[in-house]
Amino acid sequence: MSDRILLAHGSGGVLSHELIRDVFARHFDNSILNAMNDAALLPDIGTGQLAFTTDSYVVQPLFFPGGDIGELAICGTVNDLAVAGAQPRYLSSGFILEEGLSLETLERVVCSMAETAHTAGVQIVTGDTKVVNHGAADGLFINTAGIGVVPPGLKLGPQYLQPGDVILINGTVGDHGLAVMLQREGLAFDSPLESDTAPLNKLISTLLEAVPGKVHCMRDATRGGLATVLNEWTAAGIGIEIEETQVPVKEAVNAACEFLGLDPLYAANEGKVVIAIDRDAAETALATLQSHPLGTEAAIIGKVTGEHIGRVVLHTPYGARRIISMLTGAQLPRIC
Amino acid sequence: MKFIDEFRDPALAKKLVQQIRSEVTEAEKRTAAPLKHPIQLMEFCGGHTHAIFRFGLRELLKGKVALHSGPGCPVCVTAAKDLDQAIALAKVPDVILTTFGDMVRVPGSQGTLQDARADGADVRIVYSALDALTIAQQNPERPVIFLGVGFETTAPTIAATVIQAEERALSNFSVLSLHKLTPPAMQAILNAGEVALDGIIGPGHVSAVIGSEAWDFLPQDYGISCAVSGFEPLDMLGAIAALVHAIITGTPAVINTYARSVRPEGNIIAQQIMGRVFEIGTAHWRGFGPIPASGLQFRDAFAHRNAAELFPVEVKESKEPPGCRCGEVLRGVILPTECPLFGKVCTPRSPVGPCMVSAEGACAAYFKYGETDYE
Amino acid sequence: MCLAIPTQIKSIGQDQIATVVLGGVERKISLIMTPEAQIGDYVLIHTGYAIALMDPEEAAASLAAFAELAEIQEELGFSG
Repeated sequence: MSDRILLAHGSGGVLSHELIRDVFARHFDNSILNAMNDAALLPDIGTGQLAFTTDSYVVQPLFFPGGDIGELAICGTVNDLAVAGAQPRYLSSGFILEEGLSLETLERVVCSMAETAHTAGVQIVTGDTKVVNHGAADGLFINTAGIGVVPPGLKLGPQYLQPGDVILINGTVGDHGLAVMLQREGLAFDSPLESDTAPLNKLISTLLEAVPGKVHCMRDATRGGLATVLNEWTAAGIGIEIEETQVPVKEAVNAACEFLGLDPLYAANEGKVVIAIDRDAAETALATLQSHPLGTEAAIIGKVTGEHIGRVVLHTPYGARRIISMLTGAQLPRIC
Repeated sequence: MKFIDEFRDPALAKKLVQQIRSEVTEAEKRTAAPLKHPIQLMEFCGGHTHAIFRFGLRELLKGKVALHSGPGCPVCVTAAKDLDQAIALAKVPDVILTTFGDMVRVPGSQGTLQDARADGADVRIVYSALDALTIAQQNPERPVIFLGVGFETTAPTIAATVIQAEERALSNFSVLSLHKLTPPAMQAILNAGEVALDGIIGPGHVSAVIGSEAWDFLPQDYGISCAVSGFEPLDMLGAIAALVHAIITGTPAVINTYARSVRPEGNIIAQQIMGRVFEIGTAHWRGFGPIPASGLQFRDAFAHRNAAELFPVEVKESKEPPGCRCGEVLRGVILPTECPLFGKVCTPRSPVGPCMVSAEGACAAYFKYGETDYE
Repeated sequence: MCLAIPTQIKSIGQDQIATVVLGGVERKISLIMTPEAQIGDYVLIHTGYAIALMDPEEAAASLAAFAELAEIQEELGFSG
């Protein structure tokens, strides 16, 4: 086998079959995939509502401190299902490969996907590969779609937010966004920062069991960060108040933001869930999150209010307030 | 973080706010000739505008001290025609145009650098002009142009990079110099007499280079106090408290409340580096037009680093977008919210004028932080 | 305008290029405009260049002055 991806790897011929057999099937190994049907035939999923999601991953660099595009492609889709209250079960994975990509790179990504899927307890049961001309893609793009099952009776969503609800997050914000940005060409920073990429489904199911019926809404704070999630929630006809000093931020994230003129509230996360919960269950929820490895730095950061509908208001430690609005465009490093 | 966290102490900040408020209140009671309500200050620097909103200072001082944003955002005051020239340079075949992240979204008369990139131009964001030099070293066969914007803080860093390009004999590196000097803009505002100001919050990082003495003309020629300030909440409140005190006691002066970074004479070496590469000339400011002796042009000895000469591109005279009142915002004449386009036609998503683009533009700050409208 | 931050010098290499650190984040910057800066000193960084050497005594003096201003207020017993 060639050590680079050739256009022929996407042709459907011998090279395609070798790639599937030696890379994808070998690492993703499970009986549904191994049947090699045109469509994955899923076992009876039992009672509950089906949840279905998809997302594409185009991150640069492909490997960054604390994660890689493969881990991200599994976690992103698993987390989208989990915050909707679903238990993630089956994933698809579509690859768009740039001609010339090293096979070793592809295999590292695939291994990382297999490992993460194992940790999250999901199976990759179907997939696709296309190869495009050199220059038509940036190394490697991945699309994953996922199916999960929402247990009967579980109702989550912004429409269930109530004034008085307490808002929690399972840890520090901005780790992923800054860890990736500092690696980009042209910035040349060294930092101890690592992406927080992690599958949140087990943390979330532990929480839902600990406080049954109390969680009203959840969202994973990916692109656009915490500020964007909270703004999206206020469209449901509520207001939100946040205490600036309660939002956990790592010192290195704060420092990187000072260097580049960025705001950690808008920086991306890949392992952070924002939770709105009935006030009387907040302390139990906090203790539950903090006792899980992915929630040791969990914190109560604010509350839902019936005032200033449609706005997220942040209380500064100086006794002042400011409005946290939606981000319009990517955060760019600035000098002024 | 040393030199940062100490200057963010909330308890001390709250006391300073009370001090400022009570000093103004006492003066109001005491004086026969009523004090202007509230005291009118201008923060020259966009970084101060940003900090004022970030820490919520405007709300805390409401009714006692009014803060006007000045023209201290180099992105905002870049004339549309100059930006059109930068965009035209980016489109020259083989050119790599390097710039700070602030510049890529600013609208010229037709589109932005971001649009040029979407059309195939090679526009790259760097953190430092030195990084642009590295790109020039890595791409010896391609011209690398650095879009040089900024005030006296930034201009020496670009001049130093030009000198390093000479030392490393990197012939493919050049700069479009759109640098501007701040004291002439301050004079232009005061000479126009459109805003009645009681005091000026002086730009801290510009002053680190040019020195606090550079502002002596404010009390001497205009009878106005200037407090050179840092960017943390205690810095800003300390500067405002000092200004309020000077205004109430009628003792105009330059007060350096940022002495940990700013010397009276500034950074002489930085000034020398800037002076070696650039000479002073007229610059075009958005909102002001041409201001004499307010810009930096290449000296003849460095003409071969001047992208404007190396790549002559034709740029048409450009008009400001109809209805846009950025000029008046930059001169402190109106608040962003007084512009009829603000928040309706002009938003950060589809900015009409530059003040809505830069993070430190007054309009963007007012929009982002939703000035006082909490209900 | 002119985002600049105080960082500590960790090491100084050739051509006045130093490594500075803030909150664990490191970057190489030029000391060409602050040649007097030594390892351990804090310098104000703007776009990859140190533009000022931070003065700890002046920092302490400013903090003391701010505290003094605040105390005047307390002594007079204003309630804001």
